[in-house]
Amino acid sequence: MAENQTPILSVRDLKTYFFPDEGTVKAVDGASFDLYPRKTLGIVGESGCGKSVTARSILRIVERPGRIVGGAILLRRDSGNGRGTEVDLTQFDPESREMRQIRGGDIGLIFQEPMTSFSPVHTIGNQIVETIRLHQDVSEQQGRRKAIEMLHLVGVPKPERRIDEYAFQLSGGLRQRAMIAMALACGPRILIADEPTTALDVTTQAQILDLLRHLQEREGMTIILITHNLGVVAEMCDEVVVMYLGRVVEQGPVDAIFHAPKHPYTQALLRSIPSIHATVRTELPTIAGSIPHPYNRPTGCPFHPRCPDFMPGTCDRSEPGLHPVGDNQDVSCFLYHPA
Amino acid sequence: MGTSVRLLDVKGLQKFFPIRKGFLKREAGQVRAVDDVSFHVDKGETLSLVGESGCGKTTTARCILRAITPTAGQILFRSEDGPVVDVASLPKSRLRPLRRQMQMIFQDPFSSLNPRRTLFDIVAEPLAANGVGTRQERVNRVAELLRLVGLRPEYMRRYPHAFSGGQRQRIGIARALALNPSLIVADEPVSALDVSVQAQILNLMLKLQAQLGLTYLLVAHDLSVVKHVSDRVAVMYVGKIVEMTDTQRLFTAPKHPYTEALLSAVPKPDPRLRAQRIVLEGEVADAANPPSGCYFHPRCRYAVDACRQETPRLEEVQPGHFVSCHRARELTLRGVGR
Repeated sequence: MAENQTPILSVRDLKTYFFPDEGTVKAVDGASFDLYPRKTLGIVGESGCGKSVTARSILRIVERPGRIVGGAILLRRDSGNGRGTEVDLTQFDPESREMRQIRGGDIGLIFQEPMTSFSPVHTIGNQIVETIRLHQDVSEQQGRRKAIEMLHLVGVPKPERRIDEYAFQLSGGLRQRAMIAMALACGPRILIADEPTTALDVTTQAQILDLLRHLQEREGMTIILITHNLGVVAEMCDEVVVMYLGRVVEQGPVDAIFHAPKHPYTQALLRSIPSIHATVRTELPTIAGSIPHPYNRPTGCPFHPRCPDFMPGTCDRSEPGLHPVGDNQDVSCFLYHPA
Repeated sequence: MGTSVRLLDVKGLQKFFPIRKGFLKREAGQVRAVDDVSFHVDKGETLSLVGESGCGKTTTARCILRAITPTAGQILFRSEDGPVVDVASLPKSRLRPLRRQMQMIFQDPFSSLNPRRTLFDIVAEPLAANGVGTRQERVNRVAELLRLVGLRPEYMRRYPHAFSGGQRQRIGIARALALNPSLIVADEPVSALDVSVQAQILNLMLKLQAQLGLTYLLVAHDLSVVKHVSDRVAVMYVGKIVEMTDTQRLFTAPKHPYTEALLSAVPKPDPRLRAQRIVLEGEVADAANPPSGCYFHPRCRYAVDACRQETPRLEEVQPGHFVSCHRARELTLRGVGR
C-alpha cells in the first residue's frame, strides 16, 4: 500500500525541546513518521509522550520556552500533474506569511476542548468568517454564506440561526462540530485532530467519529488523529504511531499494532486497558510504576525501568533506534535489534 | 445472595434545582436532575451508576452523602451500630457520626489534595477531625493506611506535588479509608488518570474491597471501567434509572434501547471489530424541559406511539432485571462480548 504512494507529510527526526528555568524537557526527541494521502494516522501515547507537541510542531505553534531544535517536517504539495514540490516547515518563521497560509490552508487543526478554542465574546459565525477571509479573497457576505454551508456540512441543525450564537450557547457536541467546520472552512488537505472526542460523552463521540470518517471520504482528507484512547484508534486509523516519552517506540498498520504488537510498551498498554469484552470483576494486568517525570528521564531506552523484558547492561546504556520488524512495521527495541 | 445485608436503600429520590430568571430571581422552572430514583446496595457489593453528562449520576451520589439535601425521597442507611437511619431527612447535627461511615473518593487527584499539607496531614485529617487517637496512634494508623494502598510510609512527610496522578489517587483512597467506613462513594475515580495507571487503581479498589469488606457506589461514564469492578449496574438517562441489573446480564443482554446504544458507542480496542455502530441522533434531552412520554423516545429507533404518550415505569422484567421501557419484553437487543 505504502510503496506506490508518496507521503504527503514526512516528519524526520523531529526534536522539540522546552527550556524552562529548571532544565531541559525533551518533549519530542527524534520522532519520524510518514503520512499518506487519504489515510488516517493515529498517534497514541499517555500524557507527556509528546503527541500533542508533535502536532504543534507541525503547525509551528509550539509555545515558548519550547522550540524545534532539530529534524525536518516535509510537506508535499502537488504542482500540476505528477511532480510535486516539497517544503520543510521547520525552515519557516512561525509568524511568516507562508506558515500562515499553511495553517488552515494546507493543514487544519481541531483541539480537544472546543470551549476554550472559541472566543467567548465573538459569535462562532464571526470566527469562522474571519478564518475564511484570512485565506480567501471573499466579501463578508460570501464568507458568511460559506460559513453557513460549512456548518450545514458538519451537521449543525439550523445553521443560519446557529451561526449567530456564541460558543457557550452550544452543547459540547455542537461546539466540536463548529470547531470542525472552522478547521475545514478553507479546504485543508490535512486535518490534525488533537483528542477531538476526549471531552465528549460516548454517544456524542460516536457521532463525531462518524462525521470525521464521512468528511474524509467526501473531501479526500488526510487525518492525523492524536489520542490516548486505543478504542478510538482501532476504529478510525489505518496506520498507528505509538509514542513514549518523546520517542516513537513502534509504528505500523493498525491490525499489526493491535494483533501483533512488538514493543513491550505497546504490548503492556494493550493488555492493561479495561475492555468492554473482559470478564466481570477481574484483575487487570498492569504496567509497573508510572511515567517518569520529564526532568528525570531514564538513560538508555526511556521505557526500561518499567519494562518486563529489561536487559541489564543493554537497555539502560544506549537508546535503541527504530528498525523494521515486518511489513511496514517498525519497532525501537533491543529485543529485535541487538545493540 | 440470600443472606445479603442491605446497606443502602434509596427510595423515590428526587432532587430538583430551581431555574431563576430576571431581576427578582423568580423561579421560572425546575431542572429535574434526579427524578424518582430507587435502588439498593448490599453490603460488600459494588453498584455502578452510569450515564452521560447531565444524567444525574453525580447528583444522586451527592444526595446520598448529604452533600446536598434531596427534594424528596428516602435514603435508608444501615449504620454500624445497627439502626437504619434516613439520611435524607436527618437534621444536620446528627449527620456527623454518620459521615464517618460513608466516605468519598474524588475524580481529580490534583485538585482534591491540599498542596500545602503533607501526606500525614491529609490522611490523618479525618482522624483529627473526629478526635480519634493520640498523635502517635495517628502516625501509626497513617503508616498502615499508606502501606494498604501501596505507598511507602516514609512518604508521610512529603507534599502532594511530589507524586504522580496515580499515587495521588492512592493518597485520596487512604484518606477515605482512615475512619473504616462501610460505604465508599467513588465519583469517576480513574477518569483523570492515564490508561496504564487506571488499571493499577481499579485493581487496588478490588483488592481493598476483598480485604476490608467495603461496599462501593461507583459513579462512572466509562463502561469498560464499570464492567471491571461492578456487581450490578444502573444506567441513568435524564434523571431516571432506565435499566438496572447484574453486570454480566447488562452487557450481554441489555433490555433498554439506550443501554444498547451506549454499549455499541464504546470504541472497541480491536480494528477487526469495526462493527456497525448504532449512532444516536440528536442530543440528550433537557432536564428542565423533558419530552413527553419516555424521555428517550426522540432518539430511540424502536419508539412506537405509546412511547410518545406514556411515561414507562421501572419494572422487573426478569428476577433482578429492572427496565423502564414499554417494549422491554418484546425487543431483542444486542449486547457485547460473552
